[in-house]
Amino acid sequence: MSTQDIPEEENLPAEQGAKDSGEVAVPADPFADPGVPPHELRIQDIDDKAARHSERVVATLFTVSMLATVGFIASFAALSVDKIIYVFPLGHVSALNFALGLCLAVALFSIGAGAVHWARTLMSDHEIVQERHPIEATPEARAQVFKDWQDGVADSSFGRRKLARNTLFGALALVPLSGIVLLRDLGPMPEDKLRHTKWAKGKRLMNQNTMQPLRPEDIPVGSLTFAMPEGMSEHDHDFQNQIAKAALMIVRIKPEDIKDKRSLDWSHHGIVAYSKICTHVGCPISLYEQQTHHVLCPCHQSTFDLADGGRVIFGPAGHALPQLEISVNAQGYLEAKGDFAEPVGPAFWERG
Amino acid sequence: MSTTTNDTQRRGKAPAGERVADWMDGRLGIYGAAKKNLRKVFPDHWSFMLGEVCLYSFIIIILTGVYLTLFFHPSMAEITYEGPYVPMQGVRMSEAFASTLDISFEVRGGLLVRQIHHWAALIFIGGMMVHMMRVFFTGAFRKPREINWLFGFLLFVLGVFTGFTGYSLPDDLLSGTGIRFMQGVLLSIPVIGTYLSMFLFGGEFPGTDIIPRLYSIHILLLPGIMLGLVVAHLILVFYHKHTQFPGPGRTEKNVVGMPLLPVYVAKAGGFFFLVFGVIAFISAIATINPIWAIGPYRPDQVSTGAQPDWYLGFAEGLVRVMPGWEINLWGHTLVLGVFIPIVLFPLVLCAIGFYPFIESWVTGDKREHHLLDRPRNAPTRTAFGVAWVTVYLITLIGGGNDLWATHFHLSINAITWFVRIGFFVGPVIAFIVTRRICLGLQRRDRDKVLHGRETGIIKRLPHGEFIEVHEPLPQDQLHKLTAHEQPQPLEIGPEVDENGVRRKIKRSQKLRARLSKSYYGEGAYIPKATAEEYEEITSGHGHH
Repeated sequence: MSTQDIPEEENLPAEQGAKDSGEVAVPADPFADPGVPPHELRIQDIDDKAARHSERVVATLFTVSMLATVGFIASFAALSVDKIIYVFPLGHVSALNFALGLCLAVALFSIGAGAVHWARTLMSDHEIVQERHPIEATPEARAQVFKDWQDGVADSSFGRRKLARNTLFGALALVPLSGIVLLRDLGPMPEDKLRHTKWAKGKRLMNQNTMQPLRPEDIPVGSLTFAMPEGMSEHDHDFQNQIAKAALMIVRIKPEDIKDKRSLDWSHHGIVAYSKICTHVGCPISLYEQQTHHVLCPCHQSTFDLADGGRVIFGPAGHALPQLEISVNAQGYLEAKGDFAEPVGPAFWERG
Repeated sequence: MSTTTNDTQRRGKAPAGERVADWMDGRLGIYGAAKKNLRKVFPDHWSFMLGEVCLYSFIIIILTGVYLTLFFHPSMAEITYEGPYVPMQGVRMSEAFASTLDISFEVRGGLLVRQIHHWAALIFIGGMMVHMMRVFFTGAFRKPREINWLFGFLLFVLGVFTGFTGYSLPDDLLSGTGIRFMQGVLLSIPVIGTYLSMFLFGGEFPGTDIIPRLYSIHILLLPGIMLGLVVAHLILVFYHKHTQFPGPGRTEKNVVGMPLLPVYVAKAGGFFFLVFGVIAFISAIATINPIWAIGPYRPDQVSTGAQPDWYLGFAEGLVRVMPGWEINLWGHTLVLGVFIPIVLFPLVLCAIGFYPFIESWVTGDKREHHLLDRPRNAPTRTAFGVAWVTVYLITLIGGGNDLWATHFHLSINAITWFVRIGFFVGPVIAFIVTRRICLGLQRRDRDKVLHGRETGIIKRLPHGEFIEVHEPLPQDQLHKLTAHEQPQPLEIGPEVDENGVRRKIKRSQKLRARLSKSYYGEGAYIPKATAEEYEEITSGHGHH
């Protein structure tokens, strides 16, 4: 279509027509629809040699597709699944994935290219005009439908038999309740599950990397240590659920830098322990800036100040990070003084 | 078709193809449908292929998705990996993650199919978005196609959710973070949030139910609905007959183009292979979602630069730039900082989804439209569309604020404020600017009609003046540039009736009249060239 528009700029019947109409008494509309432009012959329509050339191009494309499919099967059989090859500029890639993908791409694309080339060069390109028909029904048909509907409703006695009708409505309204009731066992009630974690009085803080209990001297100023409660193991059946709430991060700040009074009381010689779960939507916070004592959640960039009670200083989080009160037990290990004082993680309606 | 046509058979019976067709017709009545449709005309324009891209990538997604279900285990049972991928050996992971590793490293061609599936999904949603824009800006959604617009809009929304549930299935660290996000969002819903979370996850986050549940949603529930919608969408395209751009010989009452058989079948059928071929090529050379490099999900671990797939980026942006408002009252927490963005997310989508109904109410236009608008000839609609796209893009920037900050060395604080302000100001500016551009283009069309096109030929007149020669447009161009309508705005009539009594005018009617004025009133369009003006100029001293 678009190719047909271009040559017509050269051909200028409009100018002539307009001048003519300017002279006659009743001017014809200079913007009148000239109708579908005349069909223009392609080289393939005139020159049989060109047409045969087009056919050969199409056939070549289809042949390439066949060869590519053979290549696909051959690669599948010949290449090992773990073979890695270097392909410029992609780098090191899986040989099998690369070969299969390329063969499949060529096999498919050639079919498409062949079909489109066939359609464009060899199939008839005469534009056809078809009429549209209004969608709306004729008034007679409309009247007939309304009459049929009223007859049907009258025959059903739906309007007159009110008792039957209303009880039907009642039954239809109630029956989906069974389906809703069935959904009850999708999960348990929330109860106070979101309020408690595995932390409890006397539980030691275990280094998550070494699984050894932490001593205050293990935590130098400026470091960030992740910990979990004593007695938890990766192999527990509910490990994922528990770590989702209990994950802890520990930093040591010079006590004089801690601005919040309660935060200082809950720390041990400047070692503060905060929930690792962001109070926005629950991502684990993992980026610590030791100069400023800020931690940043990589999901939505909420930033908390660990030197100031875990206060939110930037980002979409709505409240401070919960702090865990810690101390040192008789053997010199860090231990929790109890569970978190407030629910960890994202806020929820019952949080209060 | 018929392969058994030697002479002896031909003499006795009809060819096999005909006999099969007769057999079918006797049972299905296929000739009735074929009579109307075999040579059905389809108008041609490059932008009409955008919908085809969506259709074909949808088919590719279904084909590859069925294959992937043969190997994927939607289970959250924890195992220790002992497969061939060395860096993960000995790592605790769910069976879902392990089976995705197996598809990538043990099943021959599994990686290719996985990557085709994911790439096709991105192209599907991107294609739907661009297709939707094409339909929007050309006014193809107008009567009688409003319902089909809604079908398409639903397909887009469902496509987004199917994409989310799909990339969540491997249970890798990145997608698990997305599921955690979803859980945090559920918790923010007032009153019922915690219950929804417990019920969806079968208990506390993450539990062991979410992957199998997302799996059945991803492979059965959503694609089932979408398949139905796709079929309905196509039936309506057939039934309404395709729209066409204005041009010589094209009217509201006809459809001009190539017949279904053979040209459209060959082009559209061939195009399926082109789309599939291109996606296969991308999947051969470009890795997508390398879960082996990301690792299995653990709720206490995360990677930096966590992003959803691009189509959820605008929702992510809304969440990121929202101030962290939380209201605590009477022992309850209203988590506005999360809840407001999540309410805005569907509202932004619905703004474009319900637009056709708003426009038809404002304009009061009850006629069928089969000729497309050129976007410049509907300035208010075009401006609204660009404003919507602006909101979308600005929030998309917000969704990647960390990446913008690190890649362009910008302050994340500044980006956040840019998005916050841009969310409100950006669409207003875009609206005004777009309308001005549309009017400018209308003015240019008018000039072209009246004065012809600039040829670039400079002519020196006998008295020394230089002029550029303008060449009158050919008839088909004149027609094309003047064929559109310029309706009058809706009138609500005088404030008082003929007896001087105040008429009751509903407030909605007043609003409608005002909006209608912004569509069709003064300043909303440049009056197009009239035949009289044209006569006057062309019959006079020539063009200048």
